[in-house]
Amino acid sequence: MGAVRRIDVSVSANVSVVRFKDQKIIDPEAIQELGQELFDLVEKEDRKKLVLNFSNVEFLSSAALGKLITFEKKSKRHDAELILTNISPEIFQVFAITNLDKLFQIKDSEADALAVL
Amino acid sequence: MSSNTAPRVIQCALPSSLTAYHDFVQQVLESLEELKWQAADLFGVHMALEESISNAIRHGNKEDPAKRVHVECQVSAERFWAKICDEGEGYDPSAVPDCRCPENLEVPGGRGLALICAYMTSVQHSECGKCLTMEKTLQSATG
Repeated sequence: MGAVRRIDVSVSANVSVVRFKDQKIIDPEAIQELGQELFDLVEKEDRKKLVLNFSNVEFLSSAALGKLITFEKKSKRHDAELILTNISPEIFQVFAITNLDKLFQIKDSEADALAVL
Repeated sequence: MSSNTAPRVIQCALPSSLTAYHDFVQQVLESLEELKWQAADLFGVHMALEESISNAIRHGNKEDPAKRVHVECQVSAERFWAKICDEGEGYDPSAVPDCRCPENLEVPGGRGLALICAYMTSVQHSECGKCLTMEKTLQSATG
């Protein structure tokens, strides 16, 4: 397995909690790496319950949204459940503008996500 | 409050590289910060510049190193204005699928333009889609 550079993953009650290392998810190479590291969680490691914690994320581009959409599709294909949490009002607005708040399951906090997974 | 001060002009001919424009964007944001723009408005300008310049590099110039993206920004206490032009073949903005339609939620593309339109007060295309002009005026903000 390659070095994990863009995310931190911890396991809590059989749920994989992912935190992003970058505050601004803009750089194309970083987005590419981020996508691959996320995809590996469901494709190689077969994790079935995932929480993406956005508490560290201050900015993300539409290219990053594209990777998240692909990750959502891959998660669905591998029967993995995915919940996004701790999204700041500014970032939530980005999801709302693009209607992705309808595509993703979003909870306020990690605890809220763990309660339903 | 209106200002008689002429807007500050920041312009650059950027290379067609997706890693080469962030310093320019940062320079514009710092200028607006000096003019006391608030964080939420800066976020919107950041998003609009990020998406318009990366679209011009990716879709307009197709990352051709021989081509440039020409950006002119005018900043003042109440107004942000920018014109972004690429050297590509142009496109029809009305042909971009609406990413917000339920059937397009998982389709790539169109999100950048939707974000630009949401955060700016006005957005216009010209030169057969090769130029995008956008403006944000703080007077239109609520509150």
